[in-house]
Amino acid sequence: MAVELGFEGSVIEMDNQIKELAALEAEGDVSFQLEIQNLTEKRDNLLKEIYNNLTPWQIVQVARHPKRPLFSDYIDGIFKGFIELHGDRNFGDDQSIIAGICTLEEEKVFIIGHQRGRDMKDNVKRNFGMPKPEGYRKALRVMKLAEKFNKPIITFIDTKGAYPGIEAEQRGQSEAIARNLFEMSKLKVPIICVVIGEGGSGGALALGVGDRLLMLSYSMFSVISPEGCATILWKDAGRAPEAANALRITAQDLLSFGLIDESIEEPLGGAHRNPELMTQTVKEILITQLKGLKRLSIKRLLDKRYEKFMGMGQMFKE
Amino acid sequence: MAWFNKPKYGLKAPDHRTEKPKGLWTRCFNCKEIIYNREWEENLRVCPRCGYHYRLNSKERIQLLIDQGSFQEHDKNLSSVDPLGFENLGQKYQDKLIQTQKKTGLKDAIVTGTGLIHGIKTELCVMDFSFFGGSMGSVIGEKIVRAIQNSIKQRIPLIIVSCSGGARMQEGVYSLMQMAKTCSALTKLADEKILYISVLTDPTTGGVTASFASIGDITIAEPNALIGFAGPRVIEQTIKQKLPNGFQSSEFLLEHGFIDFIVGRKELKNQLAQLLHFFS
Ligand SMILES: [Zn+2]
Repeated sequence: MAVELGFEGSVIEMDNQIKELAALEAEGDVSFQLEIQNLTEKRDNLLKEIYNNLTPWQIVQVARHPKRPLFSDYIDGIFKGFIELHGDRNFGDDQSIIAGICTLEEEKVFIIGHQRGRDMKDNVKRNFGMPKPEGYRKALRVMKLAEKFNKPIITFIDTKGAYPGIEAEQRGQSEAIARNLFEMSKLKVPIICVVIGEGGSGGALALGVGDRLLMLSYSMFSVISPEGCATILWKDAGRAPEAANALRITAQDLLSFGLIDESIEEPLGGAHRNPELMTQTVKEILITQLKGLKRLSIKRLLDKRYEKFMGMGQMFKE
Repeated sequence: MAWFNKPKYGLKAPDHRTEKPKGLWTRCFNCKEIIYNREWEENLRVCPRCGYHYRLNSKERIQLLIDQGSFQEHDKNLSSVDPLGFENLGQKYQDKLIQTQKKTGLKDAIVTGTGLIHGIKTELCVMDFSFFGGSMGSVIGEKIVRAIQNSIKQRIPLIIVSCSGGARMQEGVYSLMQMAKTCSALTKLADEKILYISVLTDPTTGGVTASFASIGDITIAEPNALIGFAGPRVIEQTIKQKLPNGFQSSEFLLEHGFIDFIVGRKELKNQLAQLLHFFS
């Protein structure tokens, strides 16, 4: 079943008409090619117009779309020979983060990312993509392994945030996140981070410190969820659309601030409409970015990473 | 906290964890005993009956820790801009900043500088809850980085006293990135093998706990401070149950292995000096 986005208006209707025509054509001997072509063109024009003018809150809806490609889809679509590595060697194996080894074309790489579930059952197993400390510690353990064997790291970010719960606090959610920020800023291998859906606060950043931070064009990255911000400011989560606007959480805004390095264009109508094209685009960009980073000496790489973060901030310096 | 609503002692109900009470006496937030304000002040804002530690502002904290007259403030004039053009109910963040600066006499929620602690030269950063709840935006990140650089330059230990509700949402992802910025700068201090002591006070939560505050070489806390990643209300809403007593307190953190020890305010300076002396 198609999931409707309110702002897509008559796009959904046209989608259904196209599907019906195709079904009719398959049944009988009448050709609807021309009609289908015309309708498809009309729909695509409408999609283009809508998606060129999305509000931040609409982008949040796309970023959270239930059909949006997940980290596992990128693993399947981009990498070969993936072997998952489990556990933090201390407490457990947090399934809201997947880590492992694989190849990107000829290149051996480590990949780590937030994993949400596709359905309710899967989401329970994945804790809705919200890691506990052992998830971040697993990520760090695997990143250290990458450093030891001198292999690049690619991270995929897609989380509402680190899990806010009793056990998470008992096991040191803060320390786990802080430790990752500290260690990632000095890991002696190239690190590329890609926000594929929701980049929720510290829980997202804990996989986001690297040489490149890329965002899909309809993903979001924020210090607090729009709902959380609206609740604090106006005691009304219903005003999240205004908060989404105020917080400047889109790839376009963050690129203009110089806080991310690149916005990756999504297929027409968002990644969920064409996951194959999306993964292919991300693959090509990862190959290009990695090539660029591998040209740098480790010292230069780390100096540039350091300078990048030191430059982040806006203030009056009297 | 039903007593807040009872005007029977003619007391209004300021949350004097944050605000200084006015008048002769006040009622302890924790034990509900009546305390004479003068006694309370003389006791470094610790309840003389139950030992509850109330918040200090940055000025009081520096007075408490630094040998008299030895503090030299750095980067006093760094102040926030409004990089997002953030507005809340028609009030611009920029205007709120100026208002808060006038009210508090601070430029932002942290004071940094060098001073002597029982004669030992130290780089000190003190956060101030009275300025936007001690929240961390670009200025805090930059001042901490500069303090770290000064520690390295002068080869003196670093102490950061945290007191913060977390990242400042009015500065959006700029605020979030200060977590990475401060942690990244701390790697340089670690490379130089210079001591960093993190002191957690009430409250230290969110993006501050989840960055520089949790990764001191030595991390210590004052008693009964609220310290955690997620706010208690957010956790209660998520798990849909009441939190146990003492959850996310200093004592809870000690029990779970995330701080080295808890130290009462009266002993704080001596303990710090002892540490500084040992690691020097
Ligand atoms: Zn008391």
